[in-house]
Amino acid sequence: MVRQIVEDAKSESGLSTVQTKYFTFAMPPEELLLDCGEKLGPITVAYETYGSLNKEKSNAILILHAFSGDAHAAGWHEGASSPGWWDEMIGPGRAFDTDKYFVICSNVLGGCSGTTGPSSIDPRTGKPFGIDFPSISIPDMVQVQSGLLDHLGIEKLLSVAGGSMGGQQVLEWVVSFPQRLRSAIAIATAAKHSPQQIAFNEVGRQAIMADPNWQDGQFYDSEPPAKGLSVARMIGHITYMSDTSMSKKFGRRTGSNGKTRPFGNGFEVEEYLHHKGLTFVDRFDANSYLYITRAIDDYDASRGGGLAEALRGLEARILVLSFKSDWLYPSHQSQEIIRGCKKAGVDVTCCEISSTYGHDAFLLEVAEQTKLVSHFLERTDELKDIQ
Amino acid sequence: MTPRAEELAQEVILDWVRPGCSVLELGCRDGELLSRLVQDRGIKAQGIETDGLHVHSCVQKGLNVLHEPVEEGLTDYGNGAFDYAIFNESLQRVVKKPDLVLRDALRVADKVIVRFSNFAHYRARWQILLQGKTPVTPSLPYAWYDTPNLHFLSIADFYGYCAARAIAVERAAFIGEKRAIRISPNLFAMSGLFLLSEGSEMAGKVRGKTGEVN
Repeated sequence: MVRQIVEDAKSESGLSTVQTKYFTFAMPPEELLLDCGEKLGPITVAYETYGSLNKEKSNAILILHAFSGDAHAAGWHEGASSPGWWDEMIGPGRAFDTDKYFVICSNVLGGCSGTTGPSSIDPRTGKPFGIDFPSISIPDMVQVQSGLLDHLGIEKLLSVAGGSMGGQQVLEWVVSFPQRLRSAIAIATAAKHSPQQIAFNEVGRQAIMADPNWQDGQFYDSEPPAKGLSVARMIGHITYMSDTSMSKKFGRRTGSNGKTRPFGNGFEVEEYLHHKGLTFVDRFDANSYLYITRAIDDYDASRGGGLAEALRGLEARILVLSFKSDWLYPSHQSQEIIRGCKKAGVDVTCCEISSTYGHDAFLLEVAEQTKLVSHFLERTDELKDIQ
Repeated sequence: MTPRAEELAQEVILDWVRPGCSVLELGCRDGELLSRLVQDRGIKAQGIETDGLHVHSCVQKGLNVLHEPVEEGLTDYGNGAFDYAIFNESLQRVVKKPDLVLRDALRVADKVIVRFSNFAHYRARWQILLQGKTPVTPSLPYAWYDTPNLHFLSIADFYGYCAARAIAVERAAFIGEKRAIRISPNLFAMSGLFLLSEGSEMAGKVRGKTGEVN
């Protein structure tokens, strides 16, 4: 039965089985110089590609994942029960149409899904880095992605696109490698985190570090800080939803077994958060959580100055999308990006999409995003031929 | 407006906009005018529109469009950021404070094109004066309870406003139901189109003319 459902879902998806690939670079002595001043290398990057690169190498789109995402953006892994995290947006005939475009997605630096991060083996010690891993930043992530493009022989991208932390990387691409882009799509994101956003991340970090199993990050030979990491994830999930979406999804309904937990009332929302917290522990590294949230909080696309200065002279077109009920990355943060574009005289389109899903909307509001993204990409593609 | 009148108004605007210029349309609706300007005049277009469905249509047409209130749209642009700013019936419809917004448009763009429905058309006058009713005409086709218009103005009003604000009327055109109107536009034109710029010399000349438009 389950198998049948999975098969049906697969046949609906344009992309069938896909595989993660790996690329290693920055071999010593040519390590990557990080923002923090330290050097790191070798660096392995996990990535996937969908569709095919045209002869002119002009149809490539780089997808940038959000905080807990990975390189597996679309299609199905062998034996998997669900497709990649943005499968509904990537595939034949979808927003990022793999019949036309060559789509790339890689796991970020500092991550734990194949790209070098704190859970990787430190070649100097033969043990996982833990908190000896150097501080990483959003610009460092983008540098690594740029290295991957060099490896793939792609000089200029048709577009870069991503939501949330993926959107921050989009902005960083725009600021750091404007000449490598024809367009950029920043979704549900901010040029810099507000104190409220930093505060939520800090509670998550404190939850992890308060878990005795964290052991200053050297837990790889013993029990991981599962309780701390799962509490951190629970907080995250609250911020990804909206008041309305929670009411719709759970109401005040109670589940079956919740009351066995101390003080648990068995509300479905409690069960949901516990479930999300527990399953997260299986796939995510607590130290990656610390490193990546730190990088998100530190990021400022405008480098402390005005965003307009950072954007001036940009030739790429920009699309900025936000969602009405998203209170984690509210629309006024998108407006800040727009204001920078206006001052800098950049070609820009923005749309605030009606949605009740909260921040999760960038993963769930497929129909409207598809319309906007596909037309925006089409136009960008046309302009490429005019230029 | 009748389709013919709409077409005439578009032609006037197309005629006024120099090819290859940059154009900001405030309240660009589904982007019809902007995309014609792109196709026929090769302009660099930027639209601002409050309605989400219209924004989708604009993106579908390949236009750069911002989904935001027209009022807030101008503030962040630098002086002279565009060659033209256009209000195609939007000044009367979506702008709460037309005086402030129009003057800001004159800062952001070298020239501003304004098109609006004329409230002093003879049919409107007739309805008010003899029937005692709020006028409903082809260019103002709404009842009082469902009109999208926030402001009602006449061609004479607009000339008076430009004179008072020392805004130069470089060109003006007037459209009836099916043709251009040349005589007594304030009485016979359904809508008026104005090409404006900041300046005092022209404004003086216009001031002398205001008496004739009725």
